[in-house]
Amino acid sequence: MPSISVNSLSKTYSVPERDAGVAAAFKSLFNRKTKDVKAVDEISFSVEPGEVVGFLGPNGAGKTTSLKMLSGLLYPTGGEVNVLGHTPSRRERDFLSRITLVMGQRNQLIWDIPVIDSLQRNRAVYRISWAEYEDTLAELKSLLDLDELLSKPVRNLSLGERMKCEIAAALLHKPSVLFLDEPTIGLDVTMQRRIRDFVAEYNRKYEATVLLTSHYMADVEALCKRVIVIHHGRILFDGDLADLVTKFSPNKTIIVELETEGTDLSGYGEVIESDGNRYSLRVSKSDTPPVTAKLLADQPVIDLTVEDPPIESVIEQVFSEG
Amino acid sequence: MLSIYWSYLTTSLAWQFQYRVAMAIYMAGRLLEPTVYLVVWTTVAEARGGSVGGYTASGFAAYYIVLMLVNQFTFTWIMHEYQYRIRSGTLSAVLLKPVHPIHSDLADNFGYKILTSVIIFPAAAFLYWLFDPVFTSSLILFGVFLGSMVLAYLLRFLIEWTLALVSFWTTRNESFNQMYFMLGLFLSGRIAPLDLLPEWLQTTAGWMPFKWAVAFPAEIVLGRLTQQEINEGFVVQLFWLGFGLVIHRIVWWRGIRKYSAVGA
Repeated sequence: MPSISVNSLSKTYSVPERDAGVAAAFKSLFNRKTKDVKAVDEISFSVEPGEVVGFLGPNGAGKTTSLKMLSGLLYPTGGEVNVLGHTPSRRERDFLSRITLVMGQRNQLIWDIPVIDSLQRNRAVYRISWAEYEDTLAELKSLLDLDELLSKPVRNLSLGERMKCEIAAALLHKPSVLFLDEPTIGLDVTMQRRIRDFVAEYNRKYEATVLLTSHYMADVEALCKRVIVIHHGRILFDGDLADLVTKFSPNKTIIVELETEGTDLSGYGEVIESDGNRYSLRVSKSDTPPVTAKLLADQPVIDLTVEDPPIESVIEQVFSEG
Repeated sequence: MLSIYWSYLTTSLAWQFQYRVAMAIYMAGRLLEPTVYLVVWTTVAEARGGSVGGYTASGFAAYYIVLMLVNQFTFTWIMHEYQYRIRSGTLSAVLLKPVHPIHSDLADNFGYKILTSVIIFPAAAFLYWLFDPVFTSSLILFGVFLGSMVLAYLLRFLIEWTLALVSFWTTRNESFNQMYFMLGLFLSGRIAPLDLLPEWLQTTAGWMPFKWAVAFPAEIVLGRLTQQEINEGFVVQLFWLGFGLVIHRIVWWRGIRKYSAVGA
């Protein structure tokens, strides 16, 4: 049985709308216009236990709205959601005790008191025994390097430190399903990697299901075998990350290093970069083998590699097509 | 559940300790209001040859000192707070917890009352010394008063918590809150003892919850009510509590359906 199953899930917001200016403001007193905006438009998918799925899409695509519906924060306009056998919007205690939603830059820790106090509050709220709490806390402390932070008030922590503590607070009850909305946003590269490694470790150890949104492709590449691409509230792609590249990128990049500088290679394909004797060419997939052979035959080649385009540019292409 | 409440209470006390000065300033404001009415009414009583509507200057002093204590222990600030929670999306973090958010608010409120009791009791003692009130109470009445205080606290908390949920439907509810507070000022016996108000206003007060959350316990301990009035008062308090529970449940479930979790 899947951990998460979503069937024709939709969310429509009714947004007030008026023209600029005082006259329009006055008019709207008597004739208030609203516009329906479909944030999520009949999406369907399911996620198996232990799977880590990347939820990708540009700003406003409907990712966060979907996560909020899956975690029971938002009431869907249509469709069905089932998470761990529960309908999230019913907000049953058993459901809320087994999930977590981490929203980057948002906090559930109490601002003015030491982190440890918020963690102890969560211990009581999630009805965790003291023994289990001590065990989990020890584990989180070592994995996230929290020792120095727990006695400090939250307001005195840096963004990265706070995020680590947020994650500790969100996972204290060892949830089976993790909804992570931009968990690494605003963090430096080292901290991003730290959080990423931690999520991977948590998933491996507890076989937790993870649904993650991130604008950092490094997060997605490191953690998610499968991705769901959403745009304008609709699913554009659902499958392996590797297949996304195959499906949406008709091109490959040939990087070639020659003995000579300043050679005109425009006859072989589109030159996207040239740096001294090193050139990058964009070539359609079908042309790649003959162009490679021709380059090797005609030019004084020192080195040649064929690569898929960076995942960022593939995603960009998906969105522009969507 | 007790351990959850204990945890809420301890964390709540911990953060409220961080704002000692702000708390003292708010408390000064809360002490000032009944003191002003007390000064005004004792002056009026003395100018009218010693009493107004059966209240002597010492009677007014007793009334306002007790009323100040009752109002302090039953008041809530939740109607101001909910709008911010909904508009900023901070409600989301609370909604994700497997415990209804009303419990942490109740613990916060209770924690605040414990902390502020170190100010309010000495303040009441000071007013006692200053105005020389006359109490005609008894130990039994004091016991009955404590019972009515528990009901008053719960019904006021529940009703104001439910009214705070109006924020789910309106983006700004200050004007609504203001109207509620103005009604409360007149109908809970704060501006004047209710039996000094015109007949029609007294009747209106009887039909509204304000009196039962503030004036009623005060009138019990001051010995101003008959046994029958006390009995009826308890029934009305229980009615408002039950009514509040039902309305709260309906409004809460409709409200969270409406919640759009903006910003978070």
